[in-house]
Amino acid sequence: MKPAKFDYVQAEALDEALATLRAEGEGARIIAGGQSLLPMLNMRLARPAVLVDIMHIAALAEATATTETLRIGAAVRQAALLARPSLHPLLAAALPWVGHAQTRSRGTLCGSVAHADPSAEIPLVLLALQGEILLRSARRARRVAATDFFTGMMQTARHEDEMIEAITIPQPRTGEGYAFREVGRRHGDFAIVACAAAAHATGVRLAIGGVADHPAARELPADSAQWDDALDAFAHALDARDDLHATATYRRQLVRKLGRQVMQEAAACRA
Amino acid sequence: MPRLSATQRHSIRFTLNGTPVQGEAEPRMLLTDFLRHVLGATGTHVGCEHGVCGACTVQVDGALARACLTLAVQVQGCEIRTVEGLAPAPGRLSILQEAFRRHHALQCGFCTAGILMSLDAFLRAQPDADEAALRDLLSGHLCRCTGYAPIIAAALDAAARLRETAHA
Ligand code: FES
Ligand code: FES
Repeated sequence: MKPAKFDYVQAEALDEALATLRAEGEGARIIAGGQSLLPMLNMRLARPAVLVDIMHIAALAEATATTETLRIGAAVRQAALLARPSLHPLLAAALPWVGHAQTRSRGTLCGSVAHADPSAEIPLVLLALQGEILLRSARRARRVAATDFFTGMMQTARHEDEMIEAITIPQPRTGEGYAFREVGRRHGDFAIVACAAAAHATGVRLAIGGVADHPAARELPADSAQWDDALDAFAHALDARDDLHATATYRRQLVRKLGRQVMQEAAACRA
Repeated sequence: MPRLSATQRHSIRFTLNGTPVQGEAEPRMLLTDFLRHVLGATGTHVGCEHGVCGACTVQVDGALARACLTLAVQVQGCEIRTVEGLAPAPGRLSILQEAFRRHHALQCGFCTAGILMSLDAFLRAQPDADEAALRDLLSGHLCRCTGYAPIIAAALDAAARLRETAHA
């Protein structure tokens, strides 16, 4: 339960972090808040040759809002964002479910996205709102839609020499409503099923986490009479598996019931 | 950009409960081990060592942190508070600690240091915290002895007394 040996680089500028990633390839790992990476290191599920600490890069510690989007830098901690006086309602609803107060105080949003746990809340919100991931390497910068970013169990579209510089989510739009719910053994545990919904005039976008090996989203019809069939089809498409915490059957049932609840809530609060 | 070698020990300095401290650590050393083995500050306990139990909770620059999910090199120059810093003077307990004793909020005491650090930070930020908020905070800690009820009672009692002293 102690990490294997690694070098430690405290980057003071983005270029330094990117140069290390370029030079070291898969041997390098970015550390931000460390709340997902440290357990992996302690259990030796990750054994990087070098850790690159990005928390001293001032430019990454900013969350900036325009009328269109909220951009959250790689060093923005979950607790810091949650403390903002105005925050996207879906993020405000989901963030208190991320870990515990004792981990949100250090954990970052981008770190959770990079870790890509299938039951994690922040990737789910990103998917429901069709956010983007800004990736940067020493060679180039690119944006990847959340829909294309999560590719498997803790697998993402990020290349070895890239790091997440920021994530962006669209600001709430008039005529949309949002809701989030999850079921776990206890508050703060990994979600057995988590649902996030964004309702708009022509339908409801529903994102489901904790079931498949990565979060998934679908556009469902606006007409609530069609929801049961649509949710049933979605539940079956997710390839649920039995594990220690729940059976596949129970997970599918949660998708149907919890899914319907969040869709109803999201539709009811359309502003 | 300093690169700290994996195989060497590096000087780590920070403030522990108001006193400057210094010690040496490899980059991979956890803050729990640095506190306990290098500095001899064994008040911070280690249960699971992967962020689940909360026994190792400390305050880093006023914010809560799992010391087992924090590297010693990450807290270079920070202000760390641990359970050793709670009592106002030798032989005296803080209001929060006193409430724990009164309500029998600890049995074996293994979880207690972490819970005290969480409550200490939380009650300072939210003096009016209600039971639901306290239960939410405590979800980040495991206690195998008390069943949590006396911990909640102690926290609510301490919150009320802290509000009184703040107004006095
Ligand atoms: S020892 Fe750190 S959370 Fe359990
Ligand atoms: S008092 Fe024994 S674990 Fe809490």
